[in-house]
Amino acid sequence: MNAMNPQHGNAQAVTSMTMIQALRSAMDVMLERDDNVVVFGQDVGYFGGVFRCTEGLQKKYGTSRVFDAPISESGIIGAAVGMCAYGLRPVVEIQFADYVYPATDQLVSEAARIRYRSVGDFVVPMVVRMPCGGGIYGGQTHSQSPEAMFTQVCGLRTVMPSNPYDAKGLLIACIENDDPVIFLEPKRLYNGPFDGHHDRPVTPWSKHPQSQVPEGYYRVPLDKAAIARAGSELTVLTYGTTVYVAQTAAEETGIDAEIIDLRSLWPLDLDTIVESVKKTGRCVIVHEATRTCGYGAELMSLVQENCFHHLEAPIARVTGWDTPYPHAQEWDYFPGPARVGAAFKRAMEV
Amino acid sequence: MTDYAPLRLHVPEPTGRPGCKTDFSYLHLSPAGEVRKPAVDVEPAQTADLAYSLVRVLDDQGNALGPWDPQLSHEQLLRGLRLMLKTRIFDARMLTAQRQKKMSFYMQCLGEEAIATAHTMALRDGDMCFPTYRQQGILITRDYPLKDMICQLLSNEQDPLKGRQLPIMYSSREKGFFSISGNLATQFIQAVGWGMASAIKGDTKIASAWIGDGATAESDFHTALTFAHVYRAPVILNVVNNQWAISTFQAIAGGEGTTFANRGVGCGIASLRVDGNDFLAVYAASQWAAERARRGHGPSLIEWVTYRAGPHSTSDDPSKYRPADDWTNFPLGDPIGRLKQHLLALGIWSDEQHEALHKELEAEVIAAQKEAERHGSLVDGHVFSAANLFDDVYKDLPEHLRRQRQELGV
Repeated sequence: MNAMNPQHGNAQAVTSMTMIQALRSAMDVMLERDDNVVVFGQDVGYFGGVFRCTEGLQKKYGTSRVFDAPISESGIIGAAVGMCAYGLRPVVEIQFADYVYPATDQLVSEAARIRYRSVGDFVVPMVVRMPCGGGIYGGQTHSQSPEAMFTQVCGLRTVMPSNPYDAKGLLIACIENDDPVIFLEPKRLYNGPFDGHHDRPVTPWSKHPQSQVPEGYYRVPLDKAAIARAGSELTVLTYGTTVYVAQTAAEETGIDAEIIDLRSLWPLDLDTIVESVKKTGRCVIVHEATRTCGYGAELMSLVQENCFHHLEAPIARVTGWDTPYPHAQEWDYFPGPARVGAAFKRAMEV
Repeated sequence: MTDYAPLRLHVPEPTGRPGCKTDFSYLHLSPAGEVRKPAVDVEPAQTADLAYSLVRVLDDQGNALGPWDPQLSHEQLLRGLRLMLKTRIFDARMLTAQRQKKMSFYMQCLGEEAIATAHTMALRDGDMCFPTYRQQGILITRDYPLKDMICQLLSNEQDPLKGRQLPIMYSSREKGFFSISGNLATQFIQAVGWGMASAIKGDTKIASAWIGDGATAESDFHTALTFAHVYRAPVILNVVNNQWAISTFQAIAGGEGTTFANRGVGCGIASLRVDGNDFLAVYAASQWAAERARRGHGPSLIEWVTYRAGPHSTSDDPSKYRPADDWTNFPLGDPIGRLKQHLLALGIWSDEQHEALHKELEAEVIAAQKEAERHGSLVDGHVFSAANLFDDVYKDLPEHLRRQRQELGV
């Protein structure tokens, strides 16, 4: 689908891809189009990444464009900032979002601020890819959703796709964007959509319409949310894996929810949110990340500020608990369709 | 009963505290001219002895000795003296301006003038420096307008950084001077990334990274050495060991019984330890490291041994933690005095000429200051409009910032 969409120009061949293949394709396209694009990180070179997202890229473009890096997150981000000062467009990988913390100083104090502090003398057109999210028995350090660490940093963009089509189009848009971007990839969605029903077999992306990905160049615009499911009774603000959880919860509860996949977390598409909440009068926010001071708190504030007179019920949020991500209690932690559905019902009852 | 005495935590202390004298024997100096000069393609492991000795050219009588004498022309020597003097006079004037409350903050590089100026003279235009806040000599050597520096210090209507940055945190892409950050050490790894980029593009430009002794304890010091070594990045890793990190003696940074140059050798990087107050040694070592990088032989680390003669900043009072006369006892002296002595010995300079040059440079700085002050300052409120405070957070103004700007009413 979408192959004739004016966003990506002429009709082009479309292939069924997983999210992994779509992300790889985005990097392939941009490595081909722009000599200044370089890709590096732990295990991304010869081996092609622990999730296969960079498979074959080093062989195709050479070790000076795609290469392995030492296990040093601040080194990877710091070196990438320096490359930006030279004029390159690095696309770097942090193996798990859980391991980005050592790079915090380089991201917050440097990458996010350099354009501002130098009045545009130096800029950081960098993309930091990092697999995030739980639902995979990843335990404490392979499941976190640290988006709120980034959305509150002025100067950073934070983006998270939920399907192969968006993953490729958004990643290309991020690589071309001149601001530093945190590109969060829900690893639970790498091989197929997941609605939280861990008891059922997972279907591969090939059975899903949004796995139809153009082979060449196209972009999905930043700062633009997508309506994942149109509805009239309730607005759901979500992104990543919980987009599918919310869709299933809507089906299971029979509530006609309008599910908004934010895609760009910050800056975000406020107009689409406000328009929907003004229409439905009810709003539920769903994310995997822990609740307190999570990104959902900002979404609640924005909805409250902009839609107060249209609200017919308190804004609700369904999130991970305020605990580290456990291993054995995976499905008690992950906000699945039962918990999300219950919140939908409560929002409708008020 | 145990055979072991109770363990005790070792906390290093400087020998000199207020009211007593520093014992500088810990510096382990080498006589001028005695340290060997290796080929630029030397194996890093073969520089271990250099990391524990001290490259020096000028002796106590002002004679240039040994293999590191860069054989500079008289013109270059006189330029070096001029640049150092200009840097010192600039610092002195800005210190006074801060005391007069014309600017909120200042940091001198008193006693360290040779390092940034001679090093920059040994680089080429287009090489990118990633300085700390104490390498103003780079901008002065590259003829960045003094007036623009002072406008930045005053945060006035012609501040190139539009009042967004604390004074002294200059930025000039054109002059190869990377935007200064308040966060220590971050630029050290960024310089390595810049050098890697130059290599990726098949360029011949090199990067020059800067860090102080105290900041070597930051993690980005180590990431920089690792990345520089792994990718053979064309970069010069400069460690300015001025013995002090605010009130903290360099032993607390890890300098006790070892050297910072030695860290380079441990990471597989060719390393030198150099007299930072010897203009000729600084030039020669920088030239060697630049040549090594530009020929593709990889990175170098240079520990510049010097002394922070002034207060850490205008917010600091060193008499609370070190002897008041410490600098006069520092065995490597004053870089300006030492180069002047050399020029006098060569017969190409006189006290009269020195006095005249001093006056000329002072007039130049005063003129720049007057010109800058015509455009106001933070104190008199002649600063950039508040409307610009929302710009350059992102390339384009996002919707939420447009609303916030509207909210401020600008």
